[in-house]
Amino acid sequence: MAVGKEIREKIKSVKSTQKITRAMEMVAASKMRKAQERMEGSRPYSDKIGAVVGHLANAHPEYRHSYLNEREIKRVGYIIISSDRGLCGGLNVNLFREAIRDVKSHHDNGVEIDYTAVGSKALGFLGRLGINLVSEASHLGDQPEMATLIGPVKAMLDAYDEGKIDRLYVVYNKFVNTMTQQPTVRQVLPLEQEKSDEFGHHWDYIYEPEAKPVMDTLLQRYVESIVYQGVVENIACEMSARMVAMKSATDNAGDLINDLELVYNKARQTAITSELADIVGGAAAV
Amino acid sequence: MSMTVHVDIVSAEKEIFSGVAEMVFAPAEMGDVGIAPRHAPLLTRMKPGEVRVQQPGGEELDFFISGGLLEVQPHVITILADTAVRAVDLDEAAVLQAKERAEAAMQDKQATMDYAKAQVELVQAAAQLQAIDRIRKRSGA
Repeated sequence: MAVGKEIREKIKSVKSTQKITRAMEMVAASKMRKAQERMEGSRPYSDKIGAVVGHLANAHPEYRHSYLNEREIKRVGYIIISSDRGLCGGLNVNLFREAIRDVKSHHDNGVEIDYTAVGSKALGFLGRLGINLVSEASHLGDQPEMATLIGPVKAMLDAYDEGKIDRLYVVYNKFVNTMTQQPTVRQVLPLEQEKSDEFGHHWDYIYEPEAKPVMDTLLQRYVESIVYQGVVENIACEMSARMVAMKSATDNAGDLINDLELVYNKARQTAITSELADIVGGAAAV
Repeated sequence: MSMTVHVDIVSAEKEIFSGVAEMVFAPAEMGDVGIAPRHAPLLTRMKPGEVRVQQPGGEELDFFISGGLLEVQPHVITILADTAVRAVDLDEAAVLQAKERAEAAMQDKQATMDYAKAQVELVQAAAQLQAIDRIRKRSGA
C-alpha cells in the first residue's frame, strides 16, 4: 500500500536515532562510574597535600612564599576547564556563563585577564572571543594524566611569579550528584589560608635542602592537584550530564515515534475507509 | 609494644598505601633518610627511588616512586608521590608546548576581548536550550 510512505521512512529514521542515543546513554553511564572512581581516587592526594599546606600556613617559616601574599589586582588569570566533547546538555554553556559573570566583575574594575583553556570546548569558546589565551590543554581523554596539565598550569604560575597576574582562578563543574553539576569558580592564588590553634607553640619544619625550593615544589604541586581535581571532577560531570541528556533524547524519540505511528495508522484507516466507500458505491451503482 | 607512626603514600591519581609503620626509609634529595616515630617536623623533596615501609611484625613493603615530597610530623608521615617524571627543563618544555598550542589556536582572531559578543553568544546558546526544553515539555504533555 502506497499510503504513508513518508511517515514510515520518518519513523525508521527516528528509530535509528533512538538506537544511537540509547547506546550513548549506556556508554556514558558506564564511563560515569569509572570517572567517579577516578574522582574518589584523586581525593587522598589533594586532601593530604592540602593538609601539608595547612600545616605550613600554621608554621612560622623563615621564608614567606609569594603564593601566600595578597597583591593589588591589576591582572588576573583564569583556568577554564570544560569537556572535550559536546552532547552533554547545558554543561559547558552553564559553565561559560558562570565564568563570564565572574570575569565581567573584574573587567568592570579595569582589570585585565589572561586565560588558560583546558578541554576543546573551552578552547573553541575562548578562541572565538579573541582574548589573551596563555596556554591550553585539550583532548585529555577519559583518563586525564597529570603530565598533560603540568605545562598549562606552570605557564600561569610563571606569569604569577613574574608579577604578570596577581590572582588565579579555576573554573570547573563541581560534581554534586548524577543530576546536579555546579559550575564553580575557585580562587587558587594567592592561597587562602586557615589559621588553626592545633599547633599552639612556635615551630617550623626542618627544610632540606632549603625552605625556598621545597616550598616552591610543594605549592606548585598543590596548585596542580587543585587543577587536576577540577579536571577529573569535570569529567565525572560530563559523563553524568551526557547520560541524562541522552536519556531524555531517547525518551523524546520514543514520544515522537508514538505520535508518528498514530498519524500513520490514522492515514491508513482513512485510506481503507475511502476505498471501501468506493467499492460499496460502485456496487450500489451496478 | 614498639612505637609506630602513621604513613600515607599518595599520588595525584590514587592512594598507594595507608597504614602504620615502625620505620620508613625514603630517597630524600640530600640522601636517603630513615624516619622513626616522633621525628621532628621535616619537609623535603624526594628523588626517584624506593620507599621502604617497615611494618610492625617485621614485614617490609617496597614502593617505587618517581620523585615527590616528604612531609614528616611527629605522628604522621606523608609521602606525596609524583606520577610523572619531573625535571625543571622538562617542565619548561611542557610550558612552551602549551603556549605554542594556545598561540596556534588564537591565530586569525581579534586582538581584544569583546564581552558584548561573548554575552550575545551565551544568550543565544541559553535561548536554544530553553527552546529545546519547551519543545520537550510540549511533546511530553
